[in-house]
Amino acid sequence: MTGAQMVIEALKKENVEVVFGYPGGAVIDIYDELYKTPEIKHVLVRHEQGAAHAADGYARSTGKVGVALVTSGPGSTNTITGIATAYMDSIPIVVFTGQVPTKLIGNDAFQEVDTTGITRPITKHNFLVKRIEDLPKILKAAFYIARTGRPGPVVVDLPKDIQQAKGEFEYPEEITLRSYNPVYEPHIKQIEKAYSLLEQAERPVLLLGGGVISSNASEEAYKLAETLNLPVTMTLMGLGSFPGDHNQSLGMLGMHGTYYANMAVANCDVLLAIGARFDDRVTGKLDAFAPSAKIIHIDIDPTSIQKNVKVHVPIVADCKRALIKLWEIIKNAGKPKKYWKERFKEWWEQIDIWKKRYPLSYKNDPNYIKPQFVIEKLYELTKGEIIIATEVGQNQMWTAQYYKFKHPRTLITSGGLGTMGFGFPASIGAKMGNPDKLVIDIAGDGSIQMNIQELATAMEQKLPIKIIILNNGYLGMVRQWQELFYGKRYSQVKFHILPDFVKLADAYGAVGIRITKPQEVEPALKKVLSLNTLVILDVHIAPEEDVFPMVPAGKATTEMILV
Amino acid sequence: MEEKRHTLSVLVENTPGALARIAGLFSGRGFNIDSLCVAETLDPTLSHLTLVTHGDELIIEQIIKQLRRLIDVYKVVNVTEEKEYVEREMALVKVKAEKENREEIFRICEIFRCKIVDVSPRSYIIEVTGDKDKLQAVIELLKPMGIKEIARTGIIAMKREKKTS
Repeated sequence: MTGAQMVIEALKKENVEVVFGYPGGAVIDIYDELYKTPEIKHVLVRHEQGAAHAADGYARSTGKVGVALVTSGPGSTNTITGIATAYMDSIPIVVFTGQVPTKLIGNDAFQEVDTTGITRPITKHNFLVKRIEDLPKILKAAFYIARTGRPGPVVVDLPKDIQQAKGEFEYPEEITLRSYNPVYEPHIKQIEKAYSLLEQAERPVLLLGGGVISSNASEEAYKLAETLNLPVTMTLMGLGSFPGDHNQSLGMLGMHGTYYANMAVANCDVLLAIGARFDDRVTGKLDAFAPSAKIIHIDIDPTSIQKNVKVHVPIVADCKRALIKLWEIIKNAGKPKKYWKERFKEWWEQIDIWKKRYPLSYKNDPNYIKPQFVIEKLYELTKGEIIIATEVGQNQMWTAQYYKFKHPRTLITSGGLGTMGFGFPASIGAKMGNPDKLVIDIAGDGSIQMNIQELATAMEQKLPIKIIILNNGYLGMVRQWQELFYGKRYSQVKFHILPDFVKLADAYGAVGIRITKPQEVEPALKKVLSLNTLVILDVHIAPEEDVFPMVPAGKATTEMILV
Repeated sequence: MEEKRHTLSVLVENTPGALARIAGLFSGRGFNIDSLCVAETLDPTLSHLTLVTHGDELIIEQIIKQLRRLIDVYKVVNVTEEKEYVEREMALVKVKAEKENREEIFRICEIFRCKIVDVSPRSYIIEVTGDKDKLQAVIELLKPMGIKEIARTGIIAMKREKKTS
């Protein structure tokens, strides 16, 4: 069997149903095998960055490993932003890159680049295959490493001669790597300590992050929150892990989090953080973050614990398994729901005061469409039963604030790296993985132009994705910072030329609709949702609308700008 | 928090790129490397790496965790925490050996148990082995004679076995 055939066989063994890719000289052999393998669907993107994001969107929305296939040199470098995006958000993808023949490596050969060197700091692991004998084990290890422990991207760099070389193919059923042994089971003593802190707590808060989603622990988190009557806040990556419409949800915390979520965290006495890594956008000024709280931190990655915030009860474990063990203790302790309700009654009264004092709010304006209104209407019409991808910036934050995500894996967003241009190709991946679900990309006029070429990909695959552009003619988030912190010196944030998005949709054979008045929002959204084709809804919004609340960078999360 | 020097003993898979991963981890995350020494072990599939770094307690904890997180890293031991350990470094020092200085150089070598491993009309190469302080002391004493070149191995370390059973 040739190396190229081994790659295809491994994809079959791993039950890969779709590959996102772009051919080139150094991967022709693999593409030749794909040609003979109709059971593996290939999505031909228009730029390799799109392939990496699509594989990522597929992985986020399905929980399976996403796969991208690109050629050497520029094919590989074009995936870098996509790989780094997946790395920052712990998303399992495997990226196969072509490489020049082993004999030419290091010779500055045509389309040669040191792919493993470049991707080393942005992958969980990477491989350069130098011997055909190693290939089967490396293929198995790549998928295994990507999906286990704290998931992440893995790159497999495949020299052309290795793809052509012949060897024995024995795909290992199981693999053990002596230097890689993720810890899944929690230390029971630590779980007991966690429970005893919760038992003593008077003002607890449950903080859920992306790890709850990646370990499929939403149900367990829900049971814990409901039984103990805990206030729940989520990081951007955690949205959807607990229903946003539940009365115990305080929504997102941090820089653009709700007033009440930030106040609750700032005043809590026990903070149970699960699968969250206390990123600077969440904590604000570190000394002022949850200053009076004992912190319990459950995370599968020991490096996440004690990295930014001092933790009192560290628990290295898979979030789901830790929650199952915690639940056993709660069950054995046997305190009824009523007890917890009574216990945290005062705390909830305080939180309700905060909620009433500063709910999420914006002012409607008869002359302008407010972006928050668009998201609210979209929520009313879809009730959290769709998949939403976002781009990055104001569009992302308004979506996070005003769309009440109900289920895990329904918000597809670049949280850690903050990659503009992510949302649309990611929604292609999400739609490929969830053909029966409605997939919407909430975009800005800046972000959408970063990977607009993928319109052709989506049309070719007949994917009825909806793109809602919150179009303010600005790079809105930077403009907001310039307005608030740089004396309104709007440096290079105004787009003087924007494409006519309606005509652009038309040019690709999609449907384009433009709206400019508030009363058009609801009918336009209804129409968009009813069409079974790709639609661009170009929403001209109030050009200088800001995202509030906002915690200025480096300030305490209680020092919010509210309106 | 107080910054301290720590010697880490790391066993890593003997694969291409493993050292680059470790070096890249330190530069990428802004950790310090004071010295780094790599050699093979009895098991040809593993390399042994002795790494000296400094930082406060939290940083050292983070460094060790980040090292363990690398797929190729088999084992990390903070030798400094073991208290009972042996640390050695070797240096080759090329020093000017003018007639009037030779006696003094001999004396220093004798006191510090150094070896003169190369002799030329104008200079000697001196081999000195010991812990960091000893090497520093020898180098300071030789400086006035005129040091032409120094090559150092970096520190290697090993935990002592318990004296009582």
